[in-house]
Amino acid sequence: MRPAVTHRPDARGRFGAFGGRFVPETVMAALDELEAAVEEAFADPTFAAEMEALHRDYVGRQTPLYLAERLTEDVGGAQIWLKREDLAHTGAHKINNAVGQALLARRLGKRRIVAETGAGQHGVATATVCARFGLEAVVYMGEEDMRRQRPNVVRMGLLGATLMPVTAGAGTLKDAMNEAIRDWIASVETTHYLIGSAAGPHPYPYLVRELQAVIGHEARAQMLERTGRLPDAVVACVGGGSNAIGLFHPFRDDDVRLVGVEAGGDGAALHAASIGGGRVSVLHGSRSYVLADEHGQVEETHSISAGLDYPGVGPEHAHLHETGRAEYVPESDDDALRAFHRLCLLEGIIPALESSHAIARAERVARELGPDGVVLVGLSGRGDKDVGSVIEREGHPLRAVEPNPEPEREVVQ
Amino acid sequence: MKLRTPALILYVMASDDAPELAEAAVRGGATALELGIPYSDPLADGPTIQRAAQRSLDAGMTPRRALEVLAEIDARVDVPLIPMTYGAVVEAYGAEAFCRDAAAAGAEALIVADVPPEESGELRSAATAVGIDLVHLVAPTSRPERISVAAAASRGFVYLVAAVGTTGARDTLDERMAGLVEQTRAAAPDTPLIAGFGISRPEHVAALLEAGADGAIVASAALDVVERGGPEALEAYVRELATALRTRVA
Repeated sequence: MRPAVTHRPDARGRFGAFGGRFVPETVMAALDELEAAVEEAFADPTFAAEMEALHRDYVGRQTPLYLAERLTEDVGGAQIWLKREDLAHTGAHKINNAVGQALLARRLGKRRIVAETGAGQHGVATATVCARFGLEAVVYMGEEDMRRQRPNVVRMGLLGATLMPVTAGAGTLKDAMNEAIRDWIASVETTHYLIGSAAGPHPYPYLVRELQAVIGHEARAQMLERTGRLPDAVVACVGGGSNAIGLFHPFRDDDVRLVGVEAGGDGAALHAASIGGGRVSVLHGSRSYVLADEHGQVEETHSISAGLDYPGVGPEHAHLHETGRAEYVPESDDDALRAFHRLCLLEGIIPALESSHAIARAERVARELGPDGVVLVGLSGRGDKDVGSVIEREGHPLRAVEPNPEPEREVVQ
Repeated sequence: MKLRTPALILYVMASDDAPELAEAAVRGGATALELGIPYSDPLADGPTIQRAAQRSLDAGMTPRRALEVLAEIDARVDVPLIPMTYGAVVEAYGAEAFCRDAAAAGAEALIVADVPPEESGELRSAATAVGIDLVHLVAPTSRPERISVAAAASRGFVYLVAAVGTTGARDTLDERMAGLVEQTRAAAPDTPLIAGFGISRPEHVAALLEAGADGAIVASAALDVVERGGPEALEAYVRELATALRTRVA
C-alpha cells in the first residue's frame, strides 16, 4: 500500500520519508533561525502586503494564462494553456522565490546573500533582488553552465553580483550548489543562503514551495475564470522542482493529474531524471531521489537544459511520486528541442529549454486526452538565454540568408 | 572506545598506502586515527580533503574496500580507529551492515559529518548494537540547547568544531573555543572533548588544551604534508604536533 500524501513537513522537516536536515552542525542553528523567521513572516500581514506589492509593481504579477491556440490546433487534442512565468520580471519564475527570500534575509538582519545557479535564471533573480534591496550578492555557477548560459552571466554582472566560477566536477548546478553551501558554512553568521530550488535542508523545500505557490494559485483561479473548469492535467518541468511544486501545490486536493517532466537527456544512459532513474539517498542536505551509484557516490548528469542538469530532486516531489499523487516522466533533449521550435513557430514564444520539456509532454498528454480535455502547462521561463545552446547544437537558423559579412566587419573595426 | 587523553587524532584518507601512513602517524605520536571513506560531494570539507577524496575515488576506492583498509591498519597499529564519512555512503551500504562490517574491521567509533543527532536514530541503534561509538559535533554557532542534545548523544568523544567553515588548515582558531568547551563540558562531563577543523600547528594544539579541550584532530594539514613528503614527513610532522601534548602533561 502506498503511504498517505502529506503537504506539510513534519517536525523533522520531512515529507513522508523524504527531506530532513543532513548538514554539518555549523549551519544547524541558521536553519532553526530561518525556520522561525519563516513561520513568523508567513503569519505576519505586513509580510504578505510587502509580497503583494512587490509581486504587482516589481515582478509584474499576475502573469497571464494564455491559450496556445495554434499549438492546440496543430497537436489536435486537448486545449493547451500556458502559465506565462516567462513574462515575469527577469524572465522566469525564479524571481518569485528570490523576492520572498530577500525579504526574509532583511528580517534576519543578513546583508550578504549566497546563491547557486545552473541556467543562470536563479542567479539573475538573486542579483536582481539584491540590487533592489541593497544586499551583497555572491553567485556560484559551474564553468560549463557559464559557457552555455552566457547571456545570464553578463546580466548578473550588470546587476552588480559577484560571480564565482566553479571548476569542480562537470562544472554544472550540483557543483555550484556544493560551493554555495560551503561558502554558507563559513559565512553563516552574516550570510543568508538563497537557495533557488525546492531542495536542500528543511525549511528550504517548504519555504520555496510556499513562495512559488503563487504560480498555481493564480493559474487555478484564472483557469476557473476563463474556462469555468479545472484542467485535466497540470504539466511542469522538474530539475530540483521549484516551478513544478509551485504550480502543483494549489491543485493538490483537486481531481487533476499532476505531471512532472524530468530531463531525459540523450534518452539512454546520459540523463538527469532523478526520480525516473535514481535511488533514495542524501544530497545537498535532504533525503530524496538522487542519481547515485550503488556506493552512494553522485553520478554525472546530462541535459541540454542547464536548469534541469541536476542529479537530485526536491523531497516533496519524491513524496508525491511515492504516494502516487503526481507522476514523473522523462522527455529527451531532442523532444524538448522539437517542442522549443514548435512554440517559437506556432505561438511566437521562445521558451526556455527547461520549459520546453514540459511543452513536449503537454503535447503528448493533450493527444491522449483528446479535444474535450484541458492541459495546463508551466511555461517557467523564456528562452533568450538558450539561443546559444540551440545554435551550438543545430547551427545558425538564419545562415542561408546571412548577408556578406565583409563590409560590416570593417565598420566594426 | 578508550581514548587516551590528551589525544592527538590524525586523519588518513582511505587508499592503498593508508596502512603505511597510519603506522607513520602512530610512530610520530598519534593516539588515535580517523580513516576517511571518500564521498563524491563532501559538503563539510575544504579543498584539501575534497582533492584527496576525489583521488581516492578515481583510484577505485569503495566503502567495502575502505573497510578492508581499516582492517589492514588495525593489524598494524594499536590505537582506536574511527571511520569518517557522509550520510549518503552509509545509507547506500545500509546502516546496519555498515556498522557491523566496520566493527569487524576494527572500528571503535564513527563520525558522519552531515548526520546531526536529529537524523541519526537508525544509525545510532546500528552502531550501539555492535559497540561502535557514534560521535556528534558541536560548533561555535550551535545554540546552548543544541549543544546539550549533541553532547549528550555523543559517544566516545564530542567533536568540537574549532573553526566556522569547512575543513582546512587556518592560521587562527575560533575565539569562542573556551566558551564552547565550557558549555559542552557542562552537558557531557564524562566525555572527552576533541577539537578539529583548521588545526595545523603545535601551538594550535597547545591553545586547545589550554582552552580546556582533551585533544585535537588534524586532517587537511596532515594530508598536505603527506602529499609533499610521504610517510617520513608525516611521522616528523606528527612528532612536532605531539610536543604540544607533552608540554601539557609536564
